[in-house]
Amino acid sequence: MSRLFLPLTLVAAVLFAAAPIVVARAPFEETMGLVQKVFYYHVPSAMLMFVSALICGIASATYLFRRSAAADRLAAAAGELVALFGLIVMMTGPLWARKAWGAWWVWDARLTSSLLLWMIFLAYLLVRRYGGPGSEKLAAGMAIFGMANVPFVYVSVNYWRTLHPKTSVVMTLGPGMRGAFWFCVAAFLTFYALLLTVRKRLEDQRARIEHLYLSLDEQEPAGLPRH
Amino acid sequence: MRQFLRVAWVVMRKDLTVEMRTREIVYTTVFFAASCVLVFAFALVKEGKPMEDAAAAILWISIAFAGTLALGRTFERERHTETLRALMLAPADRPAVYVGKLLGILALLAIVEAVLVPMIGLLFQAPLFARPGWLVLLLGAGTVGFASVGTLFAAMLVRARSRDVLLPVLLYPITIPVIIAGVRGTAAIVQSVPDEPVARFWAALLVFFDVVFVTLSLWTFEPLMTE
Repeated sequence: MSRLFLPLTLVAAVLFAAAPIVVARAPFEETMGLVQKVFYYHVPSAMLMFVSALICGIASATYLFRRSAAADRLAAAAGELVALFGLIVMMTGPLWARKAWGAWWVWDARLTSSLLLWMIFLAYLLVRRYGGPGSEKLAAGMAIFGMANVPFVYVSVNYWRTLHPKTSVVMTLGPGMRGAFWFCVAAFLTFYALLLTVRKRLEDQRARIEHLYLSLDEQEPAGLPRH
Repeated sequence: MRQFLRVAWVVMRKDLTVEMRTREIVYTTVFFAASCVLVFAFALVKEGKPMEDAAAAILWISIAFAGTLALGRTFERERHTETLRALMLAPADRPAVYVGKLLGILALLAIVEAVLVPMIGLLFQAPLFARPGWLVLLLGAGTVGFASVGTLFAAMLVRARSRDVLLPVLLYPITIPVIIAGVRGTAAIVQSVPDEPVARFWAALLVFFDVVFVTLSLWTFEPLMTE
């Protein structure tokens, strides 16, 4: 984990430093013009929000059925990142929508279901934090239901008639934009990997400290003052 | 399979017998649902005329609120008398216990709905009984979807701190799609020109949610309820 930290930080820093230049150099989209450039941040964040929800759900299922505490810590890290990347999606989306549709928000299937997915994981974090002892299991159940929502959100644009652009837009990008787009995806992906490993490591260390405290308590003879 | 159904039946009968002795949950939940309708009636009826689709919306919101209350109370009763642990210790399939609890909740909600539907039809001049088959289908499928997730989470929350707040926090993000489908489907059959294809679409979606939710609940109930 810690060996990955430095290279990931460096790569993410370089990619993010270069991203504005790459995005600025990409050709303007004909109809949308400058606003379209939000796309380079919105879509990679949305992709990672889905990926993170899937990681959180699968890790939670592993925790529930295999009783792996490490999987639960991974789920906790991924759950927080769903909230973070979801926040980016929810902020960049309206910026574009205001220009493209004339409204910050419309209640169409894609937007509603993405908002719900994001809310499910906010609720996941709330339970983890305020559920008291044993809340990890509760949260894991929540994450599995949240994961079930992901394919639903993904296909919603293609099956329902919605205002939101279809997922095929990514594959039909112009040549100049395609490079910039995948560059941004790579930047966000490295950044995501960095955050996930750091957050997971923090949880691991926390679990170790807890374990040490517990074993210390067991060793201490009764009657001595406790920490 | 017969054993499974028998356990589910016994658990449901146990819940209903306990309930029939005091009728506490039925009376309070029905009264609460009726008060909900009145609150909305003041908000959504303007100069004697209800807003468009108000009846469908109020019906489903009242079901969701009353359902949350009934779920909370049902499991609070189990917690108070420590009987949930006894139920878990019983030599029976956990999923069968879950199905039994779910059937009990469904029976309670059916009573609530039997009061709500005529009341809303009367107060909002909505032709709710014009297509009884569709209404029963939508209400049934929607209630199963809502209650299946609700029963799972309410059962898990029995051990958690601040469970009263956490139940709606967990339940609503996941079940909002069910409520949306219920409202849209019901609105399609009570509008002045009923639109059956639209109602069929939403009813199909509700059945789809039921299948997903019940499967996920049966799958996760066992590990979630193991201490």
